[in-house]
Amino acid sequence: MREMIKMVVVLTLLCTFSGGLLAAIRGGTKERIEYQQLKFVKGPAIKAILEGSSNDPIVDRFKIKDGEIERSFFVGVFDGKASAVAFESFGKGFGGDIGLMVGVNIEDDNIIGAGVTTHNETPGVGSRAKTDPGFAAQFKGLSIKDTFKVKTDDGQIDAVSGATITSRGVTVAATEAGKIYKKLKPQIAEKLKKFAK
Amino acid sequence: MAKTLVQEFTKGLWDEIPPFRLVLGLCPVLAVTKTVENGIGMGLATTFVLVCSNILVSSLRKVIPPKVRIACFIIIIATFVTVVELVMQAFTYPLFLKLGIFIPLIVVNCIVLGRAEAFASKNGIIASLADGLGIGIGFTLALGALGAVRELFGTGILTIWEKPIQIFGPSFQPFTFMIEAPGAFICLGLMLCVMNMMGSK
Repeated sequence: MREMIKMVVVLTLLCTFSGGLLAAIRGGTKERIEYQQLKFVKGPAIKAILEGSSNDPIVDRFKIKDGEIERSFFVGVFDGKASAVAFESFGKGFGGDIGLMVGVNIEDDNIIGAGVTTHNETPGVGSRAKTDPGFAAQFKGLSIKDTFKVKTDDGQIDAVSGATITSRGVTVAATEAGKIYKKLKPQIAEKLKKFAK
Repeated sequence: MAKTLVQEFTKGLWDEIPPFRLVLGLCPVLAVTKTVENGIGMGLATTFVLVCSNILVSSLRKVIPPKVRIACFIIIIATFVTVVELVMQAFTYPLFLKLGIFIPLIVVNCIVLGRAEAFASKNGIIASLADGLGIGIGFTLALGALGAVRELFGTGILTIWEKPIQIFGPSFQPFTFMIEAPGAFICLGLMLCVMNMMGSK
């Protein structure tokens, strides 16, 4: 019986110690991990969209609470004015959610660039939505307030050939981005004032 | 006769170098040694876990009840592996992406559990530290060497500190299979063969 109790006590203490240590380390590294993930996973898309900005959009980011969800916005400073934000939205693709990073000029509400960030689409088919620069470039210059559709659905976007479902997912994500933008614009404009240099 | 500390340390570098002499921990050995960098990164992560778990297991060896010792070892090892995982995510994210699932799999690496069970649970803290360090560095060297051979013949390039260095010049036709799975087996086999030939003399 004594042995039994000892086993329970030792295991419990070990687990408690382990749990505490991990919680402490997780707390300590959380911010850095978030930064690293942004830099390496979403960084390339953000950099491409906000190309030519004089700041580092990954450092200059802010969050806005949208109901339950916290959304991250990345600031682009052009000609000394914080005039652009990039943010991510999602649409349903062929193999799960597709993440789309959209950059918007807040002065005229036009899209300055878009790029697919995360996806689980078929390699070589749906994945071209990310790798083919021509596809995402079609969003450039359009108004974020539009509803986006692929051409087979009487819309304005040419689908990636053979990947209509993926392309639809991207247009849904872009439309979704428009909804988020319309809803949060006052808050975005407010936050952006702080970044003007 | 008890070995000296130096002997405990150096045995890991040659006499008991894990993948070649003990033929242990082959899963990461075969899977991540596509490049030198991956091999050494994986080796260092394993070394850290090995040293920390050896020290802790050795210092708790009188407290841990024999019946649940394996469970205790696994908790200790898993804790340190998670620490490594978090730290790698925070500081060397690209390497973390390349090593991927093999970092959490250090938990079930039989070298780590093997050293805890066979050495640290029976020896003092300092000896366990020397043992863990030796085996860990041996493992790192082995992974680095295997990675170097595979990367060199597979691509003709060695990448050191993220700088690719052309070794064979542009006219070299790489043996692409060396960086695929069969290349790992062949390469490991040849290295085992060389080690055994040198040992048998």
